[in-house]
Amino acid sequence: MARAVTRGGDSLALVNARLLDPASGLDAPGGLLVLDGRIADFGPAVFAAGTPPGIAVVDCDGHCLAPGLVDMRVRVGEPGEEHKENLASAALAAAAGGVTTLAALPDTDPPIDEPALVAFIARRAQEVGSVTVLPYATLTKRGAGKELAEIGMLREAGAVAFTDGARAIGDAQLMRRALSYAKAFGALIVQHPEEPSLAAGGAMNEGEFATRLGLPGIPALAEVIQVERDLRLLELTRGRLHFAHVSTEGAVAAIRAAKARGLAVTADTAPPYFDLNETAVGDYRTFAKLSPPLRTEADRLAIIAALADGTLDAVASDHNPQDQDTKRLPFTMASWGGIGLETLLAVTLNLVHNGALAMIEAVRLLTLAPAALLGQAEAGRLARGVPADLVLFDAERGWRVDADRLSSKSKNSPFDGRPVQGRVLRTIKAGRTVFQLAGRGPAD
Amino acid sequence: MQSGGDSGAMRFPHRHLLAIEGMTPDAIGFLLDLADSYVDLGRSAERKSTLLRGRTLINLFFEDSTRTRTSFELAGKRMGADVINMSVSGSSVAKGETLLDTAMTLNAMHVDVLVVRHAASGAAKLLSEKLDCAVINAGDGTHEHPTQALLDALTIRRRLGRLSGLTVAICGDITHSRVARSNIHLLGTMGARVRVVAPPTLLPTGIERLGVDVFTDMREGLKGVDIVMMLRLQQERMSGAFIPSIHEFFRYWGLTYDKLAAAHPDALIMHPGPMNRGVEIDSEVADDIGRSAIREQVEMGVAVRMAILDALTRPLRGNQPQAA
Repeated sequence: MARAVTRGGDSLALVNARLLDPASGLDAPGGLLVLDGRIADFGPAVFAAGTPPGIAVVDCDGHCLAPGLVDMRVRVGEPGEEHKENLASAALAAAAGGVTTLAALPDTDPPIDEPALVAFIARRAQEVGSVTVLPYATLTKRGAGKELAEIGMLREAGAVAFTDGARAIGDAQLMRRALSYAKAFGALIVQHPEEPSLAAGGAMNEGEFATRLGLPGIPALAEVIQVERDLRLLELTRGRLHFAHVSTEGAVAAIRAAKARGLAVTADTAPPYFDLNETAVGDYRTFAKLSPPLRTEADRLAIIAALADGTLDAVASDHNPQDQDTKRLPFTMASWGGIGLETLLAVTLNLVHNGALAMIEAVRLLTLAPAALLGQAEAGRLARGVPADLVLFDAERGWRVDADRLSSKSKNSPFDGRPVQGRVLRTIKAGRTVFQLAGRGPAD
Repeated sequence: MQSGGDSGAMRFPHRHLLAIEGMTPDAIGFLLDLADSYVDLGRSAERKSTLLRGRTLINLFFEDSTRTRTSFELAGKRMGADVINMSVSGSSVAKGETLLDTAMTLNAMHVDVLVVRHAASGAAKLLSEKLDCAVINAGDGTHEHPTQALLDALTIRRRLGRLSGLTVAICGDITHSRVARSNIHLLGTMGARVRVVAPPTLLPTGIERLGVDVFTDMREGLKGVDIVMMLRLQQERMSGAFIPSIHEFFRYWGLTYDKLAAAHPDALIMHPGPMNRGVEIDSEVADDIGRSAIREQVEMGVAVRMAILDALTRPLRGNQPQAA
């Protein structure tokens, strides 16, 4: 190990677990030993001779023990919207959701477009401690989509990737230069794939439902066109590009074809896009007003297929806290977004329960895959010597999402009231338990 | 909700009137029958009823309106209600909080019926969730305008004796029209055949899924129809973005005698008003006494709104039927 071992970290013996490690493909019963906050050993036979003396023992009761989740798309509310969420409340929500590493979006107020602001986020996050916060920086100055931000210096300051967040880079020349310039630093660009002029003024997915509700629509094509254009620019520049929260069948098809052509493209989606469709808007339910908008059932099924065949690389929560002032409004006036940190695992596990994904694949999408995209070699895996960031969950346990009982400061969950299966029992950050489910009684 | 023998509560089991979509043919028929009786009352010498004496009706208009607001005001006053008009000007509406803040204020005032018009689709529904009183949607964004569809249906039924089996062409800006949506739902529910006729840029995606036949050629769309329903083209849509010019729109989609020749010889012409003469309808056609039902629509508007006020306040009045 190049890095010094953290002294004073916690030690634990986790016994009787179902070990899940997407890096090695391990899915087997066994135990895991944490010494001084790092994984010392793990495997089927690690406690064959009993647990070491003087170390706390946690009986996992046969439940799943996996690397802590890595959530690559979170709004933490800081700076500028602390009334909706702050790093402390986001950290609580993350811990309750089994998330031990998250990437914080930069289109804040002010936007994270200078090295000093990147350092600010990193410093604030360290004070919180229970979750690693990786800062994004904006791709353009002030996130205004006009001039490139200082990608090199921002990267040096700790920015893990570059994005204008909820705003797409619409200007083709700017995107071309960004893809090209970022190559010098190996920097990852994350695009919100939505052609701005086609999406302008829209409030939900364009189609029969929007027409019935009298709501202006955003066509699926807004996403497809942006993805297809960017893929052409990617081919031209031979750069590297990641599409966030992909929601349409057409975009998935374009990405699949681009990957087959060998382009360095990756993409993620978020639980609403494989668990809900546009009918969730119902009678103007603003908690279902998401960006991109919830799409058709055919799109939803295409997203699941793309997760299963590897076209989509990761699942992120797209956690976007909004309060009553921005959501209790007529639909067209309400803000976009839903919270998701605490439902990320359970809703994703639904894909395992219904047979769409193997357990180890679902875990990979939530851990190793996003960690790799963000260049975090020590996160998202079980390996000797890496920080003991772990989640223990009962894959079978059913519960009902109750937004009022979630830890996030904001309660705008599109899954409010939805029964789910899979519950985080314990979250461990660097060997320290940062969340433990209260009570072990029957399903709540 | 009262139940039992009263056919009104059975046939019209709604607390609010928010949309036509989802209403049964029986509920619509009930309102139209009731409205018929109010047409008679309106034409009699003594136009007053005392059904709503002591009740408070508030007209809450976040968008400018003369005819709908006046029509509700007249309906309420003819039934003996205290009618208050509240107009909230454009600037203070920009902040949507106003809507729910207003709702809270109204709740405290013990209002019985709220009539609301708002630029946002779903605004009436949102208010109905927060208010204790009956809410009537007088137009919400581009969603619905149910009382307009009801008065249109009453006009047609009185002229032609039925709705079922008729062919109706709704022409103009379908995309941005709440009148079109309410009429599509109502006429379809009552068994009429509905066509929409518009330039492709003013036809919303998936409109055919609402059970209409879609035309972009006016003459073809009007061929043999019993009713021609023109829509108002909003000023802000007129130049550039959706259609190249008013001039071109009128040439291809404006209602003229020439295009009307394709329709049934006795086809009725309707318009929800206010008309843009020379934009969507030729002045001569609009003023054709024999064929235009435009003035009649206004009269039916008051009767329909009286019927709605009657039906929605029945639970308040212990379900007593109309004092004839």
